[in-house]
Amino acid sequence: MSSQIDRAGIKLGMWLFLYSEIILFGGLFVLYAAYLHRYSEFFAEGGKELDRMIGTINTVVLLISSFTVAASITAMQRNAKKQTVGFLLFSIACGIIFLVNKYFEWGAKIHHDIYPNSETLVSGEPGVNIFFGLYYVITGLHGLHVIIGMVLLSISLVFVLTGKITPSRFSMLDNSGLYWHLVDLIWIFVFPLFYLVL
Amino acid sequence: MDNQEKQHVLSFTQLGMVLAILLVLTGITVGVSYIHMGFFNIPIALAIACTKVTFVLLFFMHLKYEGRVINISFISTVIVLIILIGFTFWDVAYR
Repeated sequence: MSSQIDRAGIKLGMWLFLYSEIILFGGLFVLYAAYLHRYSEFFAEGGKELDRMIGTINTVVLLISSFTVAASITAMQRNAKKQTVGFLLFSIACGIIFLVNKYFEWGAKIHHDIYPNSETLVSGEPGVNIFFGLYYVITGLHGLHVIIGMVLLSISLVFVLTGKITPSRFSMLDNSGLYWHLVDLIWIFVFPLFYLVL
Repeated sequence: MDNQEKQHVLSFTQLGMVLAILLVLTGITVGVSYIHMGFFNIPIALAIACTKVTFVLLFFMHLKYEGRVINISFISTVIVLIILIGFTFWDVAYR
């Protein structure tokens, strides 16, 4: 005898959690806004140091991955298991590409002595110091969320492969998708605020 | 309560069109960043970002097809965020 599954409740629960994440990043954006107001020229200066091309590529990668995650849910609803798996794998691969890009970006900055509490930042303009402080905290927290999202998508992938997720019961996949879209949402704001504030 | 209610399925074509719109908006926002309009660059970049976010929310995250509770609670969260950012800015900007 299968018990009734409260799909609406499961979904609402996920959305409530997403709201807390939105407020979390919202708070960080408030910090950014306040200091952007005080140090606008220095924020522009800091922004110029960031690679617009890598930022754009990362934006495109995440947008495509959001598409493939949404597509995997459509595929599951149509009982096309192979497509679902394919789309999920592609999405996880996009996450890896994003993180690799982040690694190169951070690596380059750290190599040039630009990281929290580095000599260059501490002895330089406070505005630039704050810009990069916010950069590392916000992109770092975002990167952590990318990793968590990839873990959730991977778990969903395993559940799809083992038949635990089915066309009539795919809330896990649905909610993992929502989390991944949130990661994309946050990056859609991070990108112009840090890379295009010139 | 009907536990097997028909769920709305978004076709690959529909999802693909949303992706195309998002990519075009990304292109626009990057292109505009090369044109120097001083102070206006930021509001324009943010406006485009808000548009992109709306598309992701409505279609990829299915918000367009969700019930009242999720829609109202989501709008409420956005209002809280607007108050958070707006009032902070209002204070900081006029010190």
